[in-house]
Amino acid sequence: MTTAAASRPVAATRPPRESGKGRAPGEPRRVAYLYILPAYVVFVLFMLVPLVRAANISLFDWNGLTPATWVGFENYQEIVSDAGLRAAFGHAAVLIFFYAVFPVVVALLLVATMTRARLRGLGFYRTVLFLPQVIAMVVVAVAWRNIYAPDGPLNQVLRAVGLDGLARAWLGDFTWALPAVGFVGTWVQMGLCIVLFLAGVSKIPRDLYDAVRLDGAGPVREFFTIVLPALRNEISVALTLTVIAALRNFDLVYMTTRGGPGTATSVPAFEVYRRAFQVGDVGSAAAVAVTLTLLIFLITVGITRVAERSEP
Amino acid sequence: MARILHRAVVGLGVVGLLVTACAPGDDGDDADSGAETPPASEPAEIDEEVTLIVWDQEVRGGQNEVIEELNAAFMEENPNITIERVSRSFEDLQTTLPLALSGDDAPDVVQANNGRPIMGAFVEAGLLLPLDDYAAQYGWTERFPDSVRATASYSPDGVTFGEGSLYGLAQQGELVGVYYNRAKLDELGLEVPETWEDFLAAAEAAIEAGEVALPFGNIDQWPGIHVYGAVMNRNVPTEDIRHLGFGTAGGDWTSEENMAAAEEIVSMVDAGLFNEGFNGADYDAVAAEFGEGNGVFLIAGTWLLPDLVGALGDDLGFMLPPPREGQPNVATGATSLPFAITSAAENPDAAALYLDFLTSPEAMQLVTEKGLFPSVEAGSQQTQSQAQADVFAAWETVTADDGVVPYLDWATPTFYDTIAAAIQELLAGELEPDAFLQRLQDEYSSFVGG
Repeated sequence: MTTAAASRPVAATRPPRESGKGRAPGEPRRVAYLYILPAYVVFVLFMLVPLVRAANISLFDWNGLTPATWVGFENYQEIVSDAGLRAAFGHAAVLIFFYAVFPVVVALLLVATMTRARLRGLGFYRTVLFLPQVIAMVVVAVAWRNIYAPDGPLNQVLRAVGLDGLARAWLGDFTWALPAVGFVGTWVQMGLCIVLFLAGVSKIPRDLYDAVRLDGAGPVREFFTIVLPALRNEISVALTLTVIAALRNFDLVYMTTRGGPGTATSVPAFEVYRRAFQVGDVGSAAAVAVTLTLLIFLITVGITRVAERSEP
Repeated sequence: MARILHRAVVGLGVVGLLVTACAPGDDGDDADSGAETPPASEPAEIDEEVTLIVWDQEVRGGQNEVIEELNAAFMEENPNITIERVSRSFEDLQTTLPLALSGDDAPDVVQANNGRPIMGAFVEAGLLLPLDDYAAQYGWTERFPDSVRATASYSPDGVTFGEGSLYGLAQQGELVGVYYNRAKLDELGLEVPETWEDFLAAAEAAIEAGEVALPFGNIDQWPGIHVYGAVMNRNVPTEDIRHLGFGTAGGDWTSEENMAAAEEIVSMVDAGLFNEGFNGADYDAVAAEFGEGNGVFLIAGTWLLPDLVGALGDDLGFMLPPPREGQPNVATGATSLPFAITSAAENPDAAALYLDFLTSPEAMQLVTEKGLFPSVEAGSQQTQSQAQADVFAAWETVTADDGVVPYLDWATPTFYDTIAAAIQELLAGELEPDAFLQRLQDEYSSFVGG
């Protein structure tokens, strides 16, 4: 609204007011606030108020039932001092690699390859690759829990090809449980990245390719001079979405491992649930939730900033 | 969440509220801990119109039928009392009950899970009524043995668990024992073991025959507590187990006997008695496999009885984890979730009448008919299957030996998390027995000592 007004020539917006004929179309008017009011009320009630309330609760030691005691920032200090919580944030960092970095890199390579070769049935592949995004995460988790089961399809395949040594209870293995959960994230996010990048690539004019090829560029040069810069915005969007998905990951862990084995796959969002509903430490749960919210906010802003700064 | 929202709507001028707002949990209207029931010797007459809101988690097949039939019969017998039933799965009930109880519109009767994290916390917050007067009026004290009442007894401040006032009454019993497949034992030429030594020998013989001796699915972490308990009960004196389980002073996780228990279960893993990859195996899937004839002994609770009877019929047997030669019978057991009366109940007398009805001899008979395990009077029931008869006999035996011990995760409000994860680590060899026991001891002693 404001940008529309600002882009208008000044002369065009001012005189009508003086002439008393009312405002020019597009000029900001107070009544505009009335239009955003319904959405604003919903936002305040269901987003802002709970957020402030959670921040409030995070300053108390509260079991959810008996009166709370004020503890100031003790719950936040605990996030730094508690080895279990630090580990949970560490696991989230590992998941960012599986959810965001890995899918974006692989999707970029795949898309770059596709630009060089015309692929038949692209629409079909696009649909199939995007399917994991459409399926509810709970269903994905149940399916993968079966795939990873000690006698599940993955181990059956490994044994069938003679790799018995590799077969294991993937989700019950202290080393492999976190990568196994992370790989499910890769599987889910890959399709999103590919579809986003394919859409971005289709906007690149063909003659740009012809130009670099005339200059004698190979596929690598072509990728770095044309494809990558052209996809800057898409990469930023993909990273933002996938990083958020990695950090707020709760459903997948809850449905597959419940943070186990031991605490090998506990993540911050699962800790929020565990502390609030199982252990009865609502204050600490709120502190973790607020910290997680801030972290997601900062990372998202960071990604957008980097993408904008590299704008040519 | 409802509570938080409610509060938020009231105080819409939110931003300054961050620090100055009233502390969470302080409602102003302090719920009285409700010790005001008139000490009458006879149950009160209910002559007004009453609506009882009941939250339960009896949603599985037979359990649901029991409650539906009993509710209908109760309302027929007491036409002025209406029951509004809200049934949820166990997990949903756990997560929603605290908010529901602390809200303004709390239910009258709820099923509160045994132990400090849920029921103990409710008692501490003054949200449940002590039932001692009703217990005297209705004769519950005589009908329910000490070991059953202990699992729902707390001091009014919630600090002591296992004794004090009665806060709940359970309809069904629970016992962790050993299911066995009779046909499988015959096939392997094995007898039903009578001692722990025989049991381990039979398990090893089963392995040599290429069977899974002790199928075990521990991906969800809690089944490990039951299997560990079965081994611990063979090694540690009963009194010590009770101290450690109820979280009362006098126990020691680092004792020699506990060390022997931790080392024994590790040696069982090393001997391959459990299926490979049990930490990544699903509990229900493993139980279903056992029902299909894969596995010889399944260490599990009586809640699997209806499903396993359905799968194996008369091939299914149930026994207490056999004691060592010359030792008494000890088994982990308790009741199903006790029904409790909330402090917010508008007519506690009507709620008590309902509790009495749910646990009446007729109700126990109905529970048995549906293939389940009644919390009392199991011995006098007509059983529906061989395995059910085994369960009832096992219960008689173990209570005669005064050998029912609590679940290990009841000890402290956070002990479930500690021990569930620690057992997975112990069994995977990530944690040595002494470090495992030290971790448990640290939490236990800081709770008991503090």
